[in-house]
Amino acid sequence: MSEINVLQTNHICKSFHDPVTVEILKDITFSINEGEFVAITGKSGCGKSTLLYILSTMDTDYEGELLIGQQGMRDRTAKQLARVRNEKIGFVFQFHYLLNEFTALENVMLPGLKLGLYPEAEIRQRAGERLKRLEIEKLADKKANQLSGGEKQRVAIARALINDPSIIMCDEPTGNLDKKNSLIVFNIFKQLAEEHQQTLLVVTHDEEFAHNTHRIIEMEDGRIIKQ
Amino acid sequence: MNLRLLLRIAKSLLFARWRQTLLAAIGVTFSITMFIALLSFMSGLNGLLDGIMLNRTAHIRIYNEIKPNIHQPVNNSKVYKGSYNFIRSVKSSSSRQEIYNSGAIMQALKKDVRVKGIAPNITAQVFFADGSVNITGIISGIDVQAESSLFHFSEYVMEGNPLDLKNVANSIILGKGLADKLMAGMGDIVQVTTVNQVQFTLKVVGFFQSGIQELDKVQSYASFSTTQKILGKPSDYVTDIQIKLNDINLAPEIAKEYAQLFQADAEDIQSANAQFETGSFIRTLISYAVGITLLIVAGFGIYNILNMMIYEKMDSIAILKAIGFSGTDVNRIFLIIAVSIGIVGGLSGLFFGFLFSLVIDQIPFVSASLPGITSYPINYNPVFYLIGSSFSLFTTYLAGWAPARKASRVDPVIIIRGK
Ligand SMILES: Nc1ncnc2c1ncn2[C@@H]1O[C@H](COP(=O)(O)OP(=O)(O)OP(=O)(O)O)[C@@H](O)[C@H]1O
Ligand SMILES: [Mg+2]
Repeated sequence: MSEINVLQTNHICKSFHDPVTVEILKDITFSINEGEFVAITGKSGCGKSTLLYILSTMDTDYEGELLIGQQGMRDRTAKQLARVRNEKIGFVFQFHYLLNEFTALENVMLPGLKLGLYPEAEIRQRAGERLKRLEIEKLADKKANQLSGGEKQRVAIARALINDPSIIMCDEPTGNLDKKNSLIVFNIFKQLAEEHQQTLLVVTHDEEFAHNTHRIIEMEDGRIIKQ
Repeated sequence: MNLRLLLRIAKSLLFARWRQTLLAAIGVTFSITMFIALLSFMSGLNGLLDGIMLNRTAHIRIYNEIKPNIHQPVNNSKVYKGSYNFIRSVKSSSSRQEIYNSGAIMQALKKDVRVKGIAPNITAQVFFADGSVNITGIISGIDVQAESSLFHFSEYVMEGNPLDLKNVANSIILGKGLADKLMAGMGDIVQVTTVNQVQFTLKVVGFFQSGIQELDKVQSYASFSTTQKILGKPSDYVTDIQIKLNDINLAPEIAKEYAQLFQADAEDIQSANAQFETGSFIRTLISYAVGITLLIVAGFGIYNILNMMIYEKMDSIAILKAIGFSGTDVNRIFLIIAVSIGIVGGLSGLFFGFLFSLVIDQIPFVSASLPGITSYPINYNPVFYLIGSSFSLFTTYLAGWAPARKASRVDPVIIIRGK
C-alpha cells in the first residue's frame, strides 16, 4: 500500500463560546494515508462530529492546521473550500441527506455536474455504475423521498463516490439503520476499502464496525487518547 | 455549464413548490396587467382630452387687443418725468381690433419654416334674432380648408357639408346648442344683427358640436367673405391669425418673437391653457403611482414566498453546500428563481394587459360632447410595455435579493447538526 498522505491535522483546537467558552477539541493531531480505512470512536459528546465538520472544510472556525492532499486549508476563500469539498471529499451523514426534488440518479450526478469534469452523458453513466456497485440501480429513477432509510444511505454513499474523492467521511452512517441495513452499509465500506482502495474515515459507535477497520482513533473529551 | 446546472436546480425547486410559485407569478401577472391597462387607458383618456383642446386650439394666436394706448401724454411730459403718474379710467380710443397689414404678416408666416400652417380668422359679435328676443353669439369667419386641415373643423361638423360655407352664398354653420335655442333646422334662414345695428340674413348649412357645450351655445361659423360683408369691412380685414407650429414646445418663444416683429399681441398655447397641462400631468402621475404600487405589493409577495421557500429548503441548501456548491451558487439559484417568476409573471402580465386594453377599447362610450368617439380610448404605447417588463424584472430581482443572500449564508454545519 502506498504511503501518500491524504489528510493531516496539526494541533487542531476548537472552542465554543456560547454561553461560556468551552474547549471541545484539544490538540488533535493525526494523519491518514491513501487507502486507509479509519474509524473514530468515543463517547457521545466527545467532539467527533465537530471534528468531522472541521475536516470536511464546512467549519472554518478552529485553530491549528488542516491539510488535505498535502495542501493547507487555511486562508482559502469559501469558494475554494467549496471546490475542495466538491472534488476531494465525499460526505455521508447520519441522517440520509438527499435532495427530495431529484431522483436517486440525479442526486448522485449533482456533485459530478458541479465539478464539470465530464460531459453530462458520461456523468450519468458513471452515476449508474456507482448505483450498480451498491446494488440499487433499480432505484435510479425513484424520487429521493420515496426511498427507505437504508436505500437513501446507499444513494448518499454513491453520491459521495461520484467524483472519485481522495477521502470519504461518514458521521455515524449506520446510526440510524437496523441491524440488516447496517451490515449492508458496512460491507459496502469494506468492499470500497479492500477492492477499490478507497480512503475512508468513519465516525461510529458500533464496536463491531470499528474493529473491522484498519485503524481506530479513540477520542475522549476532545482529545485523541489512542490511535 | 455551471449556470445551466444552477438553472436546472432552480427549476426543480420551483416545480417542487409549483402552487406557491404559481401564486407568486399570478401576483406579478396581475399587477403588470393592471399597470398596462391602467396606463393605456389613462393615457388614451389624456390624449382624448388633450385632443379636444389641442385639435381646436392654435399654438399661437396673433390678434390686436382693444386696450388703452400705453403711451399716455402725461408720461411724455417733461414736467412730470420724475413723478409717478396715476391715471384712472383710461379709455381705449382709436385702437382697432383689426390686425394691421395682415396680408404681409400672412406672407411672412407662410415663409417661416417653423410654421405648419396658418388660418386667418375674423370674429364678429352678433345678435341672433329669436322672435322678439336677441341671443348673443359669435360668428367666426374662417377659411374652411385651412381650418379643417389645421383644426379638424370638418370633424366637428355633425350635419351638413363644411364646404358649403364657401360654396353657398351667405351661409352659416351653427353650434348645436345655439341651433337648438333658435330652433333652426337645415336650410332655415336665421337673422343676425351686428353691434352696429346692421341686419343680415344667413342660411343654415350645417351644425357642429365642439365637445364644449358652453361654446356650442354661442359659436357659429361663416365664410371669410360673408363675415367681412356682415361687418361691412374690406377684404383684407382680419382680426386673428391662428398658427400651428411644427413643434408645439417652441410656441412661447416664437409668440414673443412675433409680438415684437408684427407689433401685435401674440398668445401661445402654453400660457393660455396652463391648467390643462397640469391636469394631464397629474393624471399620468397618478396612474404611474398606482401601477408601481401594485408592482411593489407583488414584489413583497415574491419576497415572502422566497423566504418561506428558503426556510423549507434549508436542508437542501445545506446539502448543496456540503457537496461543493458555493454560497455564490446558492445565491444565484434563488435569484434565478425570483427573476424567472418575474419573467413569466411579467410576460403574461403584458399579454393580459394587452387583452384587457383590447376589451376596454370595445366598451361603448358615447358622449354628446365627444363626437367621433364610440368606445373608451386606449393608447397602445409600447413604452408602457417596456416600462412594465423592466419594472417587473427589477422588483422581482429586488424581492429575491435579500432572501437569496440569506440562503447563501446558511451555515451547513448548523443545519446538519440540528437534525
Ligand atoms: N454550537 C455549539 N455551541 C456550543 N456547544 C456545542 C455546539 N455544538 C456542539 N457543542 C458541544 O460540543 C460537544 C461535542 O459535540 P459533538 O456533536 O461533536 O459530539 P459527538 O462526539 O459527535 O457526539 P455524538 O456521538 O452524540 O454524536 C458537545 O458537548 C456539544 O454539547
Ligand atoms: Mg455526532
